[in-house]
Amino acid sequence: MNTSRWLRWVWPAVPIAGALVVTSLLLVLFGAAPLEAFQAMYDGAFGDQSKTLSVLAFWVPLLLASTGLLVTFRAGLWNIGIEGQIVMGAVAASWIALSVEAPSAILIALEIVVAMLAGALWAALSAVLKTRGNVHEIFSGLALNGIAIILTNYLISGPWQPPEGGSFRGTQPFQPGAILPLFENSRFSPLSLLLAVIAFILVVVALRGTFWGLKLKAIGQNLRSAFLLGVSSEREMILAMMFCGALAGLGGAVRTLSWFDSLRQSISGGIGFMALMVVMLANYNAFLVPFIAFFFSMVLRGSLTLQLRTQLHSSLGGILTELMVLFVLLFGDWKKLALFRNKGDDG
Amino acid sequence: MQIELRDIRKYFGPVKANDGINLTFEGGHIYGLLGENGAGKSTLMKILSGFQPPDVGEILFDGQPQRFASPADALEKGIGMLYQDPLDVPAFSVKDNYLLGRDRRIVLDYNLASRELQEMTSRFDFQLDLGTTIDNLSLGERQQLELARLLVGGAQVLILDEPTTGISAEQKEVLFGSMRKLAREEGKTLILVSHKLEEVQELCDHAMVLQRGKLVGKLDIPCRTEDLVEMMFGQVPERSERSDYEFGEPVLELVDLQVPTYRLTVKDVNLSVKAGEVFGLAGLEGSGQRLLLQACTGLQHPDRGKILLEGKDVGGWPYHRMQDARVGYVAAGRLEEGLVAGLTLEEHVELAKPKHSFFINRKELATKTESQIEQFQIVGRPDSNADELSGGNQQRLLFALLRENLKLILLEHPTRGLDVRSSNWIWEQLYLRREEGTAIIFMSSDLDEIFERSDRIAVFSGGVMSRILETKETSVDEIGHLIGGQA
Repeated sequence: MNTSRWLRWVWPAVPIAGALVVTSLLLVLFGAAPLEAFQAMYDGAFGDQSKTLSVLAFWVPLLLASTGLLVTFRAGLWNIGIEGQIVMGAVAASWIALSVEAPSAILIALEIVVAMLAGALWAALSAVLKTRGNVHEIFSGLALNGIAIILTNYLISGPWQPPEGGSFRGTQPFQPGAILPLFENSRFSPLSLLLAVIAFILVVVALRGTFWGLKLKAIGQNLRSAFLLGVSSEREMILAMMFCGALAGLGGAVRTLSWFDSLRQSISGGIGFMALMVVMLANYNAFLVPFIAFFFSMVLRGSLTLQLRTQLHSSLGGILTELMVLFVLLFGDWKKLALFRNKGDDG
Repeated sequence: MQIELRDIRKYFGPVKANDGINLTFEGGHIYGLLGENGAGKSTLMKILSGFQPPDVGEILFDGQPQRFASPADALEKGIGMLYQDPLDVPAFSVKDNYLLGRDRRIVLDYNLASRELQEMTSRFDFQLDLGTTIDNLSLGERQQLELARLLVGGAQVLILDEPTTGISAEQKEVLFGSMRKLAREEGKTLILVSHKLEEVQELCDHAMVLQRGKLVGKLDIPCRTEDLVEMMFGQVPERSERSDYEFGEPVLELVDLQVPTYRLTVKDVNLSVKAGEVFGLAGLEGSGQRLLLQACTGLQHPDRGKILLEGKDVGGWPYHRMQDARVGYVAAGRLEEGLVAGLTLEEHVELAKPKHSFFINRKELATKTESQIEQFQIVGRPDSNADELSGGNQQRLLFALLRENLKLILLEHPTRGLDVRSSNWIWEQLYLRREEGTAIIFMSSDLDEIFERSDRIAVFSGGVMSRILETKETSVDEIGHLIGGQA
């Protein structure tokens, strides 16, 4: 029991180490010195204050999305649609930013609430399609992701295009009062971090201490037994998806209201998919999620400097993180390794 | 061709699905392979058809040892298996589907397929529309197609797994006709895996009975149905005297109930069970008992007739509403339908409570779980996962999770796989419940248990419930006939 608990905590280091080794081999293959490259990455993430702040600013929406996914994964749901939920949150926040005039505090509160609502409703669509229409959430999620992105493109090139003409890059910058209060000259908003921390604590408490969290766990492990024990699976599934969608929507709002200052074509930048990888790498352990999300943003921001300094393409950061996920999927559940060989079916 | 199975063993963890089986099948004969669920029939047939290898043992064809790499390899060597659900692709046309398993060249030869299929259909009187797609065919027609594919593929031995479930009476006649033809005229070996004693009596030359992974008997047919029943279930002692128990008012009444499903329809059930009564449902697995129990819990819905709970019609009520109306249900699959493998005992206790607060009160829950563990004598800790418990302790946990003051408890195989002590303990708990006026309906494949525990008994066969028998006035003989479907 003790060994297994110890293993459970240390396990995420294994795929990370594996991915570092393979990435190093790749670097050697391309004639670069691995240590130098990793040093460049580190400098790119923490070299000066503005770089560190940009890691933080990237981290917050990723953390929000990952936190939301903890809920859906607990209920056994594959919320691939999280990318679209982020986008819809950003679209909704942009809508308020572009159309409402109000004092900054009220405007920002409104943007955040509407963004969360939009994300939650977008997620509810996936959930209802699953419970009522028998459509797997992965497929509806993928479709809804596509629709959300198309909607963004339409908005920036159509109704919301800047007065100087549609450039397909984004809307015009929002009114200054609509932007989240930023730390000095960075793109990092302490308010967003506060919200993310609150969300994280809420989710941890909900999953560990409430009856709702227990119901989600039961549904996620065995739908049939949970039903027979008295859990209404449909309602809880929809709620779990909406909860995750709300946090994703908030993440989208943070992207558009602090990372950018307008609605952009790729507003999410794949943060939703990245969040899926974060949670898988954390082996669904909530307390590992903030650290792994931070590690991801560090690698991804750091690889920009890597490119400047070593001429290696910045996608190396992406390769590194995705290799990690591959390794997780490979060695992911250490418990299964032992059971691997003596699987059989019943007579 | 003579097929010999020599000392076949196949273990799944601690379960001995096949435990040293020796069998010989001769060409030109039809064999019936009988046994209750879990007796090891499917495992044995999967081994013979190349689906899985045995752990120990040999398969010999005319004395030559054989090894199969896959079912396709087995078919090439002459063994074909017709599964209960034919292995076909619904969206495909009949010919495509036929060729999928036949043709190995790049270009599909539709003319050849038509010729072969037409020859087969006329030879065996199959009614097969060759121009349509699989999803337009009935189960019986899909079976005929599959049969044709296996025969053209060179099957000398045909294994048929419960082939008559879900097909029409006419199709059954055609199927049996072709089976006889194959055996008598073409010298093929046929193995019928079945629950239905009547069909085995009608069609087969020999019956072989498996019980708990072992061959327990061989009989030449015709024989007495009771002998088959006895081999399948073991010796059943006559019922010992038991004091009468005063029943209360009727709790559950079923009036002309009909519960339809895709495979099986339970028809015309009339039954009234009183408070404090123990009612036993016998019959082979899949004969409709489970469906009836599920209808009474709201998991299946009747399309005709009434379900009255203390006089109130609850026919369309969903399961959770029935739960609140104090109907308890314990299904057979403990970790599939009842317990959640990754959850602790404590978490189960919390989930099963009828009322909940938003936050879980850990302290209160710990106390409650401790007391349940003690009361129900569960060997486990509050933080043990349900799947760490032994089968008997899982069953105890399920009983611990039943709510208090139930009007009706419905049970599937309440003591399956349990030792004598645990079984007795379970029944003591149930008797305590009846003292409170709870009516109990249970199904079991253990005739011993049915005889010993029930006040009255009904037997299911092919979806039809027999007349209701007073346990005191019936005999193993009578039940045996009813199980075999003979009224």
